[in-house]
Amino acid sequence: MSTKAKEILTLALIVVFCLVFYIRKVSGGEGIIFSPLVSWLVIAAMIISLLWVLVLTIKGRLISRRVVFVYVGIALALPLFMPFSQKIPISPEVQALYDSVKTLKPGSKVLISFDYDPPSAPELQPMAESFIRLCFERDLKVIIMGLWPQGPQQANMALEKVLSDDKMKAKNLKYGEDYVNLGFQTGNEFVIQRMGTSFESMFPTDYRGTSYDSLPLVRNVKNFSNIEYSFNLSAGFPGSVEWVQIAVDRYGVQLGLGNTAVQAPQMYTYLNAGQVTGILGGMNGGAEFESLCHYKGKATKYMLSQSFSHMIVIAFIIIGNVAYFLSGRKSALKKK
Amino acid sequence: MRREIPLIITGVVGVGFLIQYFIPHAPFSYMSDWFSDWFSIVGACAIVLGALNLLKISAQKAIKRKKDWVYSLVIIASFLLIVIVGLLEGKDFRVAGTNFDWLYNYMYIPLSATMFAILAFFVASASYRAFRARNFEATLLLVAAFFVMLGRVPVGDVISNFMPEGWRLSNLASWVMNYPQSAGQRAIMIGIGLGIVSTSLRVILGIERSHIGGGK
Amino acid sequence: MIRLPANLDRKACAAFFVALFSLFLLVPGARSQDAAAVVDSIIQAVNPDSLPPELYPQAVTNVEVKDTPNDAGKSISISWEKSVDDYENGKVKVYRIYRSEIVDGQPSEYKEVGDIPAGLDEYSFQDGNTVDGLEYSYKVMAVNYLRENNITAWEAVSVTVPLGPIKSSAQWFDWRRINAFIGVILLSFFIVYYIQQAKSGKDLFIRKIAGMEAVDEAVGRATEMGKKIFYVPGLSDMDNMQTIASINILGRVAELSATYETYIDVPVCRSMVMITAKEVVKEAYSKAGRPDAFQEDQVHYLTDDQFGYAAGIDGMVVREKPATIFYMGTFYAESLILAETGNSIGAIQIAGTAMPSQLPFFVAACDYTLIGEELFAASAYLSKEPKLIGSVKGQDVGKGIMLAAIVIGIILETFNIWHFSRIFSVID
Repeated sequence: MSTKAKEILTLALIVVFCLVFYIRKVSGGEGIIFSPLVSWLVIAAMIISLLWVLVLTIKGRLISRRVVFVYVGIALALPLFMPFSQKIPISPEVQALYDSVKTLKPGSKVLISFDYDPPSAPELQPMAESFIRLCFERDLKVIIMGLWPQGPQQANMALEKVLSDDKMKAKNLKYGEDYVNLGFQTGNEFVIQRMGTSFESMFPTDYRGTSYDSLPLVRNVKNFSNIEYSFNLSAGFPGSVEWVQIAVDRYGVQLGLGNTAVQAPQMYTYLNAGQVTGILGGMNGGAEFESLCHYKGKATKYMLSQSFSHMIVIAFIIIGNVAYFLSGRKSALKKK
Repeated sequence: MRREIPLIITGVVGVGFLIQYFIPHAPFSYMSDWFSDWFSIVGACAIVLGALNLLKISAQKAIKRKKDWVYSLVIIASFLLIVIVGLLEGKDFRVAGTNFDWLYNYMYIPLSATMFAILAFFVASASYRAFRARNFEATLLLVAAFFVMLGRVPVGDVISNFMPEGWRLSNLASWVMNYPQSAGQRAIMIGIGLGIVSTSLRVILGIERSHIGGGK
Repeated sequence: MIRLPANLDRKACAAFFVALFSLFLLVPGARSQDAAAVVDSIIQAVNPDSLPPELYPQAVTNVEVKDTPNDAGKSISISWEKSVDDYENGKVKVYRIYRSEIVDGQPSEYKEVGDIPAGLDEYSFQDGNTVDGLEYSYKVMAVNYLRENNITAWEAVSVTVPLGPIKSSAQWFDWRRINAFIGVILLSFFIVYYIQQAKSGKDLFIRKIAGMEAVDEAVGRATEMGKKIFYVPGLSDMDNMQTIASINILGRVAELSATYETYIDVPVCRSMVMITAKEVVKEAYSKAGRPDAFQEDQVHYLTDDQFGYAAGIDGMVVREKPATIFYMGTFYAESLILAETGNSIGAIQIAGTAMPSQLPFFVAACDYTLIGEELFAASAYLSKEPKLIGSVKGQDVGKGIMLAAIVIGIILETFNIWHFSRIFSVID
């Protein structure tokens, strides 16, 4: 079969696969879950095919990057249908953030900054939901804002999800008294700077257009000194770095971070310096936090896909190094 | 004077901003707020220039039937669609249920998410191509990468369950992230900070002039 | 403002005023701003007869009010020691802070300006809403209450005597930043010193930067293949130093491209970057003696959106297959998407960014990468101008000082001496 034909066949299979699931979802069918036997057969098939790729590599037939893409796609998609769950070990930085929230007394005001947009939502939205849920469970007051235009919208989606829970409905939480969404403000790090003196100057009205003064929760919140804890969900600029440099260093705010997996490594320097109380890094951090909150959210559900994809990447790194060493030996033999 | 005036403005504003960081008294305390407001205003006005430039180039390509002119038509059509729909919705264009909101939720978000998702595939292909144990340092990097990749997912602890507490892959991954990785990040960030100070000083003193058209 | 519920009877009111009057007779020094607060419990209840005295918390002590230091004014700081009843499940639930303006020596009505839930070890509150020059007085109230379903059943409070008068004012120097001030002076001194050294003709060594050594080769390759050069200046606007560094490098690369008569395409993400880059490229073509070869469309705007920009550049790269691609500036998640696409068409790629999170992606996918400060030094490297090289040298001296400080700090902290490292932190 020619390369073009293989490509067309693969594309056609993917399209059919997606159509089947879409039609099933639209027609109200139940979600597809593989049985454990089928799941193990799928895993075995993947391992055998990877071994076959290794054999081909040893024989000198290098695979193209498209094959790598197909394997990654399968490793991400198929675990979603498997019935397995994993025990999630808790890392110290996530535990530290959870513990710092636990020390807050009921009635404490928590500022949550939503500094991300929809592309980063798969990683950060589960963290946002579980953090808000924890705040409401512990009777903390939540003040939401955003330095990214789509941040407050993401916040509303998180609030809607959390408040639809029966446990939360029983708490009878009121907008304006228990939580508030101040909306987005342009100005990047200057917004944080000005919030150090006056929140109201940056958010004269909330997301809905209600004046700041008329909201009972924030009426007496002048600046950071009236906030007991801050949590920043960040995917880039402006984000965690600016919050640390301005809110923590200049105004002494107690800050916890939720970052994408790419950004998280940079934040460990602030954690070790004691400038932040904890970090939730990537979907893994979100899953660990959900585990601490005893809640099975999307981050926990997707960890199996992440495990599979990491192992696929490791497998291909090994295959690539095998190819490299073999080609090195061949050229050394040729020279002799 | 074409070069002198920008240099003088750069120097005065640069020194002013440097001073205002250390002097909280008015009017220095208002400087950063004023300039950030004006920067936002100028930036917002400048967006129009960019948008007009995009439309102009796309229109020229489409009219003259240059190579790949069809994509220029797509740009123009998408641009006009979003602008017209947004204008027709009025000031509540971002409220849930509007046509603009539909375009945002069902076109913009999936497209952005797709581009971001491509990263997962490219990480795999870049790792497959670039991670080679060429020498000792590269091997060390590879081993650390294995620890972190396995330690950051639950399956790492399943694999290393036989190891004593504190020596499992998740603990090793945490150690790598907290110590060697942090040390490297700090070193790079210190260097970057010094580089920014040096470049800023060159710009303020007028030694670096390329960004205003170069020349002596 | 002192809370008095509407249904409080006359006896309770009388008792309250007698207590307050006695307080002022017995404690003449209570108005001094640094004096310790004197305890006074005020009867406060929905029904004073039904609220037992043991529900009233002890008041706070050692209340201090002062003008917030190192600020632009309009702020007064209040701190206090917690009430003895402030402990786990203790009587104190929250502290409320009240403020009154003193006009003609008389305090006006007290109004609540903030509250802090109990349970902390230390308490301080910053009232950021004062008017400089106006006198204020403050009270701190320790509150015990019972609340069910967001409805308050009863409240019992203790309040301090008024503390003041106090005025807020702005300061002329922020002493918390004295260490940064000294650092800036020191670093600037070294940079200016070495610039002067360079101006006086002294030969200053600067090590090779592999990415910049390869610029000639990269541009030459594009010329030989008859293909374009792409220059991507990153996602940030002109207020970011990385973008300025990128534009500086663009000037040099554009001059080289103009000399070799190779087309350089500069897709940008921000309108102001487009305006600046256009001027820079035009000037570069003039310097190379080829002003007629410059085309307005060489520098063009794509979109402000991160992934829209990445998609646009990817499309252009795949269709037009440039021989050389430069990525210089601020990049985020799209860095690997761009670099891998460029790699897939076989282009020679030179990247430079000061984003630590994106460096690994560029190192993995590009042929040459300028890491962090190399991006800022690149302009000096390419131009070989003595003044620019002098500034890089001065920057290196600053780095040497930081290195020495780190080594000294590690040694001292190993022996539990923390004073040295505190010099580098934000001073309270």
